[in-house]
Amino acid sequence: MSVLVYAETDQGKLKKSAFEVASYGKAVADMMGTSLSAVTFNAETAEELGTYGVAKAMNISTTAAFDAKVYASGIEAAAEAVGATVIVVSSSADARYLTPLVAMGMAAGYVTNVVAAPEGLSPFTVKRSAFTNKAFTHTEITAEKKIIGVSNNAFGLIEQPTDCAVEDFSPALAAPAVTVEQVDKATDKVTIADAEIVVSGGRGLKGPENWHMIEDLADTLGAATACSKPVSDMGWRPHSEHVGQTGKPVASNLYIAIGVSGAIQHLAGINSSKVKVVINNDPEAPFFKAADYGIVGDAFEVVPQLIEKLKAFKAQG
Amino acid sequence: MKILVCISHVPDTTSKINFVDNDTQFDTNGVQYIINPNDEFGLTRAMWFKEKDGAVVDVINVGGAETESTLRKALAIGADAAIRIDTAALEASQVAKEIATVIAAGGYDLIIAGRESIDYNGGMVPGMIAALMDASYVNNCVGLEISDGKATAIREIDGGKETVSTQLPLVIGAQKGLVEESDLKIPNMRGIMMARKKPLTVQPASAVSPLATTSTYEKPAPKGEVKLVDADKVDDLIDLLHKEAKVI
Repeated sequence: MSVLVYAETDQGKLKKSAFEVASYGKAVADMMGTSLSAVTFNAETAEELGTYGVAKAMNISTTAAFDAKVYASGIEAAAEAVGATVIVVSSSADARYLTPLVAMGMAAGYVTNVVAAPEGLSPFTVKRSAFTNKAFTHTEITAEKKIIGVSNNAFGLIEQPTDCAVEDFSPALAAPAVTVEQVDKATDKVTIADAEIVVSGGRGLKGPENWHMIEDLADTLGAATACSKPVSDMGWRPHSEHVGQTGKPVASNLYIAIGVSGAIQHLAGINSSKVKVVINNDPEAPFFKAADYGIVGDAFEVVPQLIEKLKAFKAQG
Repeated sequence: MKILVCISHVPDTTSKINFVDNDTQFDTNGVQYIINPNDEFGLTRAMWFKEKDGAVVDVINVGGAETESTLRKALAIGADAAIRIDTAALEASQVAKEIATVIAAGGYDLIIAGRESIDYNGGMVPGMIAALMDASYVNNCVGLEISDGKATAIREIDGGKETVSTQLPLVIGAQKGLVEESDLKIPNMRGIMMARKKPLTVQPASAVSPLATTSTYEKPAPKGEVKLVDADKVDDLIDLLHKEAKVI
């Protein structure tokens, strides 16, 4: 009986979500009175997981590109090696891709979008978001082995410094199921999934030629850019930026919506963001009911001022 | 080529979400049901394979008789036959196992399921089906071409896209981008008439036990009032975000 977390890396560096799943895993391990291990792939500094309570990190080195089947087999082998009965994973696109394979391989009960530490161990019940953040469910994992997918930014980082033993782990991995032909990834941009701050634009911006305002504001804040559904449907911005019920969910610390009216599907998708700001010239826009802070005003006047003042604020440190 | 599209029967995206019986049941009162949007993007792509390559397209749902109107809509859009597995859909692994049984008997080359349903947002049925079939699998699929038994698929990844090639049988997790919103078909009268005559087979469930069960529901706490800042005083907003919200 122990707890295992799958701590993800990007170019060898542990992602923030790796520390969040470690923090969550530590909370579960403490409840169960057991130790916490982690499995990583190609991590250069796996010992950093010790800061969040991981006592043992098993690092698998592979030269191949990410492959759901290969990675799933490595995680299963690690779970077997430490006798894990609970596995904790993030909500990244890759984690969501591979974890159903792990769950079927281990006959484990897998629950995604979990927003808090387990409510109890017997029964093993977790709170998860459903209906695109319009509700929560209290769900019991009845299988003996349990996998928890933690919602992005829901649990946070909790430091519990522990000596972390890092070991090379070389299980027999599955053969890749797909051949990666090409990867197009902007490496210099913050992704919506990982961003602390997201700046989003809607139809109120009048056209794609005005998006430099959104990008300037995002650059000033180190934020990711996003958009509403009509904006992506009209082709002003790529689908990958569409946030909402049929687009991407956003769980950032700060979400700034500019010229977005706030359709119910959009609000559902961004509801797990902690602080929401709306800038819109229509005081009746539904977004004002969902926001924490708002400015009623013309985006073309307010946003340039906001960029200028934020630059001054950042310059002061 | 034989294609199976998995169809979830979900509340319309504009639905108000409420619960009854001490928050143990979803309140279906006044709720309109639709084909899960991610499944509909997949179904529309399947129709393209039907028109171009003569693919046969079946649709499947795990659920009670109330889901048949949604399956009929999929038939009206152009699917050839529908299968309903007659049991309540309780949990992803149970649904995946029921569907995998049909796939094993049906000899499908391509299985399409939405990357997640918009009600329970589990996001695991396509992956679980792939695991059960030991088939190739591409989630968050935003592009798919098939020729000579080989598939080229585009997967949306955090921050970009990845193009992969693989063999059939293949399971994909469909989403927006696989087809455009404007490509979605609204069933016409002829389609609706024809759908009435197409086969909708009801099959008994194979009594799979779920690995998780939901006991109660909860709505998010109501939100406080928005704090309005004057449009001429953006400094005040920066101050609030820094000192009060502590997010910058």
